[in-house]
Amino acid sequence: MIAETQIWRSIFRHGYPSTPRNRALAALSNIFLHLHPVKARKSGIRLSFTWCMGGITFFLFLLETITGVLLMFYYRPTIEYAYNDIIALREHVPLGIMRELHRWGAHMMVLAVWLHMLRVFLTGSYKPPREFNWNIGVILLLLTLLLSFTGYLLPWDQLAIWAITVGSNMARAHPLIGHEGPGASLLAVGDVALVTPASDIRFGLLAGRFVGAAALLRFYVLHCVALPLAAGLFMAVHFWRVRKDGGISGPM
Amino acid sequence: METFEAFFNSLASPELVIGICTAIFALYMLRMRQMMQPKVAFGIMGLTALFFVVGAQNHDFATILKKGDNMPIVIMTFSVLFFLWLAFRQATLNDMRLERGLPPNEATESGKKVLVWPDLVFPEFIMTVLLSAAFIAWAVMVEAPLEEPASGSRAPNPAKAPWYFLGLQEMLVYFDPWLAGVVLPGMIVVGLMAIPYIDTNPKGNGYYTFKERPFAIGMFMFGFLIMWVLLVIMGTFLRGPNWNFFGPFEYWDPHKVEALVNVNLSEYFWVSMLDTRMPDNPLVRELPGILLVLGYFIVTPAILAVTVLKKFFHELGFARFSVLVMLLLMMGSLPIKMLLRWFFNLKYLVGIPEWFFNI
Repeated sequence: MIAETQIWRSIFRHGYPSTPRNRALAALSNIFLHLHPVKARKSGIRLSFTWCMGGITFFLFLLETITGVLLMFYYRPTIEYAYNDIIALREHVPLGIMRELHRWGAHMMVLAVWLHMLRVFLTGSYKPPREFNWNIGVILLLLTLLLSFTGYLLPWDQLAIWAITVGSNMARAHPLIGHEGPGASLLAVGDVALVTPASDIRFGLLAGRFVGAAALLRFYVLHCVALPLAAGLFMAVHFWRVRKDGGISGPM
Repeated sequence: METFEAFFNSLASPELVIGICTAIFALYMLRMRQMMQPKVAFGIMGLTALFFVVGAQNHDFATILKKGDNMPIVIMTFSVLFFLWLAFRQATLNDMRLERGLPPNEATESGKKVLVWPDLVFPEFIMTVLLSAAFIAWAVMVEAPLEEPASGSRAPNPAKAPWYFLGLQEMLVYFDPWLAGVVLPGMIVVGLMAIPYIDTNPKGNGYYTFKERPFAIGMFMFGFLIMWVLLVIMGTFLRGPNWNFFGPFEYWDPHKVEALVNVNLSEYFWVSMLDTRMPDNPLVRELPGILLVLGYFIVTPAILAVTVLKKFFHELGFARFSVLVMLLLMMGSLPIKMLLRWFFNLKYLVGIPEWFFNI
């Protein structure tokens, strides 16, 4: 009945997907489903072959996006408010499990990316013609780690600030551009050192010598805007290349 | 219970944990067919689970285990074990087919194409529903951790990096930050990206196999399992205050004292061997170490090219071979430095703290 109405037929331009033709159209005429080909190798879509890990990673990215947007309504990235807003999320927001979903999802997304890469490696799916897409995948791995790392700081508790301190201290030792890195003392004009605690790569990352207010804002913007956009861009390329390189891999 | 705890605590040193795990890893690779029997693989998973269940009776271990942010590491431990089995079980079955001259299992179905609606879209939908339910259940049951408000002046002990970077933090024991935190992670990324271009073996494309590419798989799995996953697990459960090593059932005593007995190579060379005082010029002082490191990266590739890796040198050509060997040597530098530390208390091969240049 509903499927006969003009509204329904303006949205779905094919009949119920019970015939091969309509099933093909279901995949073809839907912008989301047409990420898929109309037909796929039977061996390629078996759960024991793919472990669904790429799909799980994508699911978790969507979960993180949705819960992340909801969290942004309640959270202010300043030293005065950040910690209290996190407490308020727990105490005052009805059904406040968004932070839990966001945190467990983030942990699992890192793991899902690792397992996806393990699967791709063990099935030799990085081999020609998929070399480039493996590289896009490595970039997505980095973006996932950076997303998780920048998000780590936002609750502004002891765990957050010190995990980021430990992590970002590494940047101090970057050769040439970290003030405790080999070769940094070579970059000097006369007696004036160019690479100092107030000008090195760590300073650029944290916008300060310590993890402070500026670092919190910087990580917030990276976490909520810059990195998700970059991840979205590379995911689009990744999915598109899966199709262009012949779909989920299988024996030649 | 006490013998159980004492036994595992007695195994708790980096050299024993990494040594035992490397031995088990070697067993997996060399006796793949036996290890991938379901009863063996699930036996190992069962024993691991038993360890966690029995171990959780111990107060100190339970404290670490119950931290919400450590749950991912437990999940990682079991999912890595499970998916290793799932992958290598299929690989061994395929290898047996290939030996009999049959195509791999995947090939029997790869000609067959199915419509993604419903054969792929429906499973995706079911997976979405199941995962959503699982995550909501998890989120309702376990509250996200929140510690005291941030304070830049009160450092917790131990101060740990996020769990997925614990491998890098563990490397800091053996290398200075410029290597452990910058160069080696950079090489991991470069190495991962280089894989498709240095692995020119056309076999094993699109199906599980081990026998057709044992070298590639062996190296990758060693890097992933021992040099990454194991270090994350160690960093979570066995590294306590001051990054000291603790048994799983040991109280994390912040006052535990570890004697600092590590010695630089230059001191071994000039003082112990030649019985003279150290030269003042740092370059002369560190010359033995500098020559060793240069030799490691310049002479070893040449030796490998004419000996064990001769086949690869011919197949890959000079450029690809150089990249491959350079990456392998970079990866090998960590276990080598570990061994030197454990057996010779070696601190730095090259130690020029004046320039922050310590290797």
